[in-house]
Amino acid sequence: MNNLNTFWQANKAIACFTIMGLILLFVGLNQSWALVLGIINLSLISAIMALGVNIQWGYAGLFNVGIMGFAALGGVSVVLIAQQPVTEAIDAGGMKMLFALILGVATIAAGVLLNRRGVNKWLVSVIVVIGYLFTRYYFSEAADLIEKVDPAITGYLGGFGLPVAFSWVVGGLAAAGAAWWIGKITLGLRTDYLAIATLGISEIILYVIKNEDWFVRGLKNVYGLPRPVPYEVDMQKSEWLQNIVAWIHRSELQLLSQSDQIDKLGDYVRGASVVFVKLSYSGLILLILVAFILLSNLALNSPWGRKVRAIRDNEVAASAMGKNIKRQHLQIFVLGSAIVGVAGALLVTYDGIFIPTAYQPLRFTFLIWVMVILGGSGNNLGSVLGAFIIWFIWIQSGPMGLWVVEMLGNYIQEGNAPLEFIENRVHYLRLVFMGTILLLIMRFSPGGILPEKNKEL
Amino acid sequence: MTSESIDIINAFALLTNFVILPALSYGSQLALGALAVTLVYSILRFSNFAQGDSMAFGTMLVILISGYMISRGWTITGVPTALLAIPMALIGMSIYLLTMDRLVYRHYRRIKAKQNIIGITASIGIMFVTGGIVRFVLGASAQRFGDGERFIFSVREFKAFTGLEQGIALKTSQFLTITIALLLVSFLFYFLQKTKTGKAMRAYSDNEELALLSGIDPDKVVQITWLLVALFTTIAGTLYGLDKGFAPQQYHLLLLPIFASVIVGGIGSPIGAIAGAFLVAFSEILLTYAYKKFLIYLLPLSMHPTSLVQLIGTEYKYAISFVILVIVLLIRPTGLFKGKVIVGE
Amino acid sequence: MAYLEGKNLVASYGVVPILHECSVEVEKGELAVIVGPNGAGKSTVMRVLLGMLEATSGSVKFDGKDISMLSTQERINHGLAFVPQSKNVFPSMTVEENLQMGGFIRKDDISKTIDEVYELFPILHEKRKQLAEQLSGGQRQQVAFGRAMMTRPSVMLLDEPTAGVSPIVMDEIFSNILDVRNAGMAVLMVEQNAQQALNIADKGYVLVSGRNEHTGTGKELINNPEVRKKFLGG
Repeated sequence: MNNLNTFWQANKAIACFTIMGLILLFVGLNQSWALVLGIINLSLISAIMALGVNIQWGYAGLFNVGIMGFAALGGVSVVLIAQQPVTEAIDAGGMKMLFALILGVATIAAGVLLNRRGVNKWLVSVIVVIGYLFTRYYFSEAADLIEKVDPAITGYLGGFGLPVAFSWVVGGLAAAGAAWWIGKITLGLRTDYLAIATLGISEIILYVIKNEDWFVRGLKNVYGLPRPVPYEVDMQKSEWLQNIVAWIHRSELQLLSQSDQIDKLGDYVRGASVVFVKLSYSGLILLILVAFILLSNLALNSPWGRKVRAIRDNEVAASAMGKNIKRQHLQIFVLGSAIVGVAGALLVTYDGIFIPTAYQPLRFTFLIWVMVILGGSGNNLGSVLGAFIIWFIWIQSGPMGLWVVEMLGNYIQEGNAPLEFIENRVHYLRLVFMGTILLLIMRFSPGGILPEKNKEL
Repeated sequence: MTSESIDIINAFALLTNFVILPALSYGSQLALGALAVTLVYSILRFSNFAQGDSMAFGTMLVILISGYMISRGWTITGVPTALLAIPMALIGMSIYLLTMDRLVYRHYRRIKAKQNIIGITASIGIMFVTGGIVRFVLGASAQRFGDGERFIFSVREFKAFTGLEQGIALKTSQFLTITIALLLVSFLFYFLQKTKTGKAMRAYSDNEELALLSGIDPDKVVQITWLLVALFTTIAGTLYGLDKGFAPQQYHLLLLPIFASVIVGGIGSPIGAIAGAFLVAFSEILLTYAYKKFLIYLLPLSMHPTSLVQLIGTEYKYAISFVILVIVLLIRPTGLFKGKVIVGE
Repeated sequence: MAYLEGKNLVASYGVVPILHECSVEVEKGELAVIVGPNGAGKSTVMRVLLGMLEATSGSVKFDGKDISMLSTQERINHGLAFVPQSKNVFPSMTVEENLQMGGFIRKDDISKTIDEVYELFPILHEKRKQLAEQLSGGQRQQVAFGRAMMTRPSVMLLDEPTAGVSPIVMDEIFSNILDVRNAGMAVLMVEQNAQQALNIADKGYVLVSGRNEHTGTGKELINNPEVRKKFLGG
């Protein structure tokens, strides 16, 4: 019994991942491979996000509630980098918009500069207000012109038409830039302030994205983003895939007539192309995830990482030792946010659509948080495991809840009103479920499933 | 009267109807919510992320109870039934909050955990549990209260009475909001300043250890705090619902302007919370109001504006509170009224 | 048996041992002072006597009864009062409210006790409507004493009452403490300013690494060459 326990402790990570793998395998065999791969891919993307949050929270104790804002910046980068430019719109209002933006920046710069020079505050305010009014005038004119260009399809400036992979880097950089700015304002204040400010600023980012149609089409969404992997239709035409599929299903196909064979093969190839595309994504995302984990583990075990942990575990002592905590925290905040930005870009790349309303600030931020805490704050592998478990539950709890209700329904006659009521609403209970999971882990297993090993007590 | 002076009166009637009255009632609703956050912050020492969803929970109880009362015919003409349902809902809300405290927060007080971080995380957990329950019970779609909108006086009556071109309407909900908020705030200040229990709460908020040494029972202080929070939360939620209708997501997002109010006013300061709430409410409405009509009354014909004369698009209404928040954090992180020490931990 | 006595107290913070069989006692109308180097466990003795920290072994007796198992609040109910070293007032409350909070557990009329405090510290009466945070260091200390006296305690425990104040204020505070003692209370105090404290003390304890190193009357300790050399700077 004792041996078993030590064995379990030593190989907990492997065991947990194996169990998770088996569950996914089970779903794949029973439901569909496309579904499982979908879950896996989103789990992997969530894992990258969770990794970013874990770096901030687990390594440094920074409370970031603005995860969705950073993820959205990553998403915007995909649109701006990978979409083709809309030349008509640029001709119509591009220069004007540029002028308006420069005017805006100049106004802010003038305000800051004059304020620093000690110029009368009222005068500065008047200058800023006038500058703002002019900016707003040119800006709305430019926005109108751009948004009028074929609004059903474009109505925005488009992007740079570069390969989509660039957008992952740019997404990371954009998020890092925003994080630097937010960090400058809020790091060094109490945790509450960082939490609320990150939430607030990510809300502002989302409002801008949702409402500035000329920028990334706002609520009209951006469809058909370029892909880093082949399209299903192209795959279906490729001979090698057809051959492989035919070979896999050879025994079944042999029994059929010629025409049935072609039909059936077509079906299988279509299915296989979907699986293939998803698998390509899986490989790609996995590669990035592994790279991030390796890099962050490397960083964590470097002198820099030890310093970071020392500061987290004993802020007072660390500050007495004369380390600049605020700078350290800023670095970590920027780094973690950058990773979230990359994940945000990957998410939009994977979806192929940019939907601003999908970034529900608190809800998905919270899911990522639960992933980190469930997996074990401070442990990168834990975050990955947490991402898989939580995303799986999040996706499957709806159907599972319905299934339970239907099972109950078998014993109650048709048209039972309360039962129908529950059936319609059961998916809301997953919010309750997730909240409860979080509270239970916090209370009974604060270290999570895979607790951090090198915590200095 | 000259036509100019009538124009001026018309202009201000317009402003009163579309800016001042709505901002006053919205500000009052925010203030009540912000006071609840302030109370939790002062006594339990964390920012309660569950405030918005708690308001939804309290309002849900009111909706359910008033629905039952209406179906039974237990109503009073002229008074929204929701108001009559509040006492019952208050009991439910108190039980809910005290249960949550017993199940979740008390443990962390006992083990003297870092209340700030743990409290935020736990309150986020509770936020989801609460939000989930509300959506499960009432669904996610918007709904109005049982007995619809009423007016103390309507635009038409006002116009007929004054002969002005522009009318002012006073909705029952607005009137109730402002009156009740005034009463509640006075009650809170009286309670905190004059009663022994209220003073004990302030003492506990000021210096926890010394309060213990003076024989103040922390569990009791915390329980009374939750009762007050239940009172403010339920009423704030109900008044907001009477005014603007009920939708879980809307309430969930109310957290943002409420937090902004609290920080702008100075976290932990009750007066600051109220000031912050009105600042946020007035900024939201003043900045997004289209001044075209207003200016047409005041300016000579040659200067009449052609555009809407709106400082910020309505779509940014909810972002404004956060812009104010960021500005305050940049310029004066302690807020308008010096709140608790905020640097470090 | 002394009025308040801690006998053979052993205590630790987590795994770090602080007190090793340390004993202190004080009689009514007596001022006892605990001195010693930093980290000797002086404040810890106070915390154990008050039940804010549980002793691993040893006993606390008060007026002949063993109070080791009582909670802090119960001990305060029995007549112990404590003035912590720092944060010993409610800063955002008025002087009068501070005193009222001191008497929080009392069910009877506390206005007479408040008057007594004002009699002892007249300046507080003058400033009774002012917030404690607006007072000077010495006045704040008086508020702290006054707050502790509101339960009409028979024992006062003071943790470094003169920490961080100017010499003039220190004299003022010491004279306040003597007033409190002369009113018939037992006063036990931890002090950094050993020389001055032992000068006015009836009894002194020198604590080193959680152990009683020297015990005696204030005079004896001041005249003890070893104590002089080690703790009083020659």
